[in-house]
Amino acid sequence: MSINPDQTIKFSPMHRLQWEEVQQKDVILYPEGMVELNQSSAEILKMCDGTRNLAQIVSDLEQKFATTGLVNDITAFLEVALKNGWIQQN
Amino acid sequence: MAGSNKTKITPPRWLLAELTYACPLQCPYCSNPIDYAKYQSELDTEDWKRVLTQARKMGAVQLGFSGGEPLTRKDLPELVKHARDLGYYSNLITSGYGLTEEKIVQLKEAGLDHIQVSIQASSQELNDHIAGTASFQHKKEVAHLVKKHGYPMVLCVVIHRENIHQMPEILAMAEELGADYLELANTQYYGWAHANRDLLLPTKEQFEQAEQIAQAFKEKVAGKMKIYYVVPDFYEDRPKACMNGWGTTFLTIAPDGVALPCHSARELPGLDCPNVKDYSIEQIWNESKAFNFFRGFEWMKEPCSSCDEKEKDFGGCRCQAYLLSGDMYAADPVCSKSPNHPVIQEAIDSAKASALADNEKPLIFRNSKNSQLLS
Repeated sequence: MSINPDQTIKFSPMHRLQWEEVQQKDVILYPEGMVELNQSSAEILKMCDGTRNLAQIVSDLEQKFATTGLVNDITAFLEVALKNGWIQQN
Repeated sequence: MAGSNKTKITPPRWLLAELTYACPLQCPYCSNPIDYAKYQSELDTEDWKRVLTQARKMGAVQLGFSGGEPLTRKDLPELVKHARDLGYYSNLITSGYGLTEEKIVQLKEAGLDHIQVSIQASSQELNDHIAGTASFQHKKEVAHLVKKHGYPMVLCVVIHRENIHQMPEILAMAEELGADYLELANTQYYGWAHANRDLLLPTKEQFEQAEQIAQAFKEKVAGKMKIYYVVPDFYEDRPKACMNGWGTTFLTIAPDGVALPCHSARELPGLDCPNVKDYSIEQIWNESKAFNFFRGFEWMKEPCSSCDEKEKDFGGCRCQAYLLSGDMYAADPVCSKSPNHPVIQEAIDSAKASALADNEKPLIFRNSKNSQLLS
């Protein structure tokens, strides 16, 4: 299973992405589990709203943080996210 | 108190709300205390709302509505809604008994995140025998309805000597029902399971065979179904890191409002577990004797206190140490370094002798009558 560059990416409806005030962190919640996210992982997942494909997520994040060269890191993280079921395609 | 005030206190993350001890099922491995029948009073709706609010403010985010059977509480939808408004990720831990499609929809609208349905076996005959109630067909129906209404479906099967031979059929059933998560929970021997241990503890060969089958299945369904395998600690040589360490992560509130560092802690002597009617969750978590009792490492005896693995398993389970050795400060006897470790082999031998006996004594089912007789 790997990211299809042509398809849009959305966060899984079987998980919840949420800001935790006490922890000062975004977390992913799912049955019997919780993953604490660092800021960059959380920023990537928030872009997964079903309207953007991989290239659009990369370009929007590069624009947002006024930087370049994020494609490898973002792709690697999204592969992990897909494998864990945090995101879906089509 | 035994805990050290130098120990850094982390906030609670998981809250288990045992709404009631009432249950239409009679599973002989129930984790409720043997003497549950003497705790008749239940917190009211406002008490529970206050508890949820206070624990959430401290950082609790995973919430389990449990029991007994939580569906017997008429205010469940109201509590679910309150939990959702506070930002909890909430789980209904249910036998499925009494769960209708209408209720499933109502709870979804109230904001329930997922439902964990327990099934006792893969066949109607054995399920209904273990549950002490005809419930198999209804449970399967409930599992379908949970899926139909878009919840992640978590199927929980408690494994013991009566059903361990059904492992292949249990896995096939989980696949057929479309479970997103399957919890294969090898029985933990507390409460009713402790009383029935001779009849429930499988042999090592049975464990190993079942584990192999479950492992192969796990690989087969990777990406489709997630398997949580609760290890049978009697066949390990190191104890489990019980509750991720005492008073670090988990908070259980019993039906009558008693706050417990784990759901079995009621069995331990002298903890004076506080009640949410008398104290706030913050006071209970940070200041109570019970929650500080086994925090950190200073309470430990040898071989734990000088053990280089103590930060990994925290000396194992305090309730298991107490039940098996009579000393709640001792190393969990599951640990091969424990001087009490031979009691584990004795328990295994005793269960095996019971299995081979001509007249095996009957299971003690979990019901109010037996609770009163045994307490």
